[in-house]
Amino acid sequence: MAELLEIFLTFFKIGFVSFGGGIAMLPLIDYEVTQVHGWIAPQEFLDIIAVAGMSPGPAATNAAIVVGYAVAGFPGAVVATVGMVLPSLMIILIVAMFFFRIQEKPLVQSAFYGLRPVITGLIFYAATVFALRNEIIGGEKLINPLYLLILVSALLLMLFTRIHPVFIIIASGFVGVMLFG
Amino acid sequence: MQSEQTLEKSTTSEKQGRMKMVFEIFWAFFKISPLTFGGGYVMIPLLERELVERKKWVKPEEIADLFAVSESVPGSIAVNSGTFIGYRLAGIPGAIAAMTGAVLPTFMIILTLSILFVGFKDHPTVQAAFQGIRPTIVALIIVAGIKIGKTAVIDRTTLVLVAITTSVMLFSHIHPIATILSGAVAGIVLMQIKKLLKAKKESGRE
Repeated sequence: MAELLEIFLTFFKIGFVSFGGGIAMLPLIDYEVTQVHGWIAPQEFLDIIAVAGMSPGPAATNAAIVVGYAVAGFPGAVVATVGMVLPSLMIILIVAMFFFRIQEKPLVQSAFYGLRPVITGLIFYAATVFALRNEIIGGEKLINPLYLLILVSALLLMLFTRIHPVFIIIASGFVGVMLFG
Repeated sequence: MQSEQTLEKSTTSEKQGRMKMVFEIFWAFFKISPLTFGGGYVMIPLLERELVERKKWVKPEEIADLFAVSESVPGSIAVNSGTFIGYRLAGIPGAIAAMTGAVLPTFMIILTLSILFVGFKDHPTVQAAFQGIRPTIVALIIVAGIKIGKTAVIDRTTLVLVAITTSVMLFSHIHPIATILSGAVAGIVLMQIKKLLKAKKESGRE
């Protein structure tokens, strides 16, 4: 019961700052679940993002559900989801009741002038950390050529073709089985 | 006496009408949400078609505002715009219905995947697959950064902010929540400074 409450509170806290919806929140979730609470092994977190990315829906909420389930089963998944969406619901109700055109307020606009680049920076930080942690770069060999090849190919496919990312994820899974299985 | 009866009758049918509306809202968002493969922004044209053209819940001239405000509050843009519309159509129950409808289908899909993940993650073949998947996920994250970066980096100041954030996060142990909040504060302060500089320049010219 105490664990469920802790899962709920963790994602409730993250839910309040989840600007930009999805991937920008991954370093935050990572920090909370691998470092603050130690619920998930750091190396495993990238696999959780992979699972989150294979399903429709916002990446942050999806990752919260996987973490919740991995830590405390079905109840964990439920409290993680509720924790994640409840702050949005509360803030939307307040905005809808009192000031619908919040995005036109100069203060909100200037806040976003700073928020957007910080969120972008957080995303690139996440990419670097995950690459280091899984020894795609910075491992014993400094660069793992096979991993890097997969990374660059996936990057080019996502940037220059209209193939849906989920198919690229699945295809790289098959590549993994062929190369490392 | 008779008028009281009709009054009572009308409130129950009103209640029924509202219940029907709440369910309709739930169903509309339940139907759209499984199509959001890959995240919120993919859903925008779909939402627009459903809400403006088919349901006529939102006027065409309101839709841009709706998405803008949905982006300005925490959470995913798709779920947020649903919650806004739900509230406008049927109050708090409407907001909850829309949100539940939007979240439930992906919840079920993710739950199924989680069960498989926890059950099979230690299997050697699955491990090998994940070895191939991990670099792709890093690529996916970079692509997300590039996409958001396109709207975030609008001048030299914002470019510097991106670089500062990445390096501060890499080389210190600041909590990401603190980083996000200081981003908002930095935005407000920087805008204020820019305004002052502009005013000074203009007064200097005169």
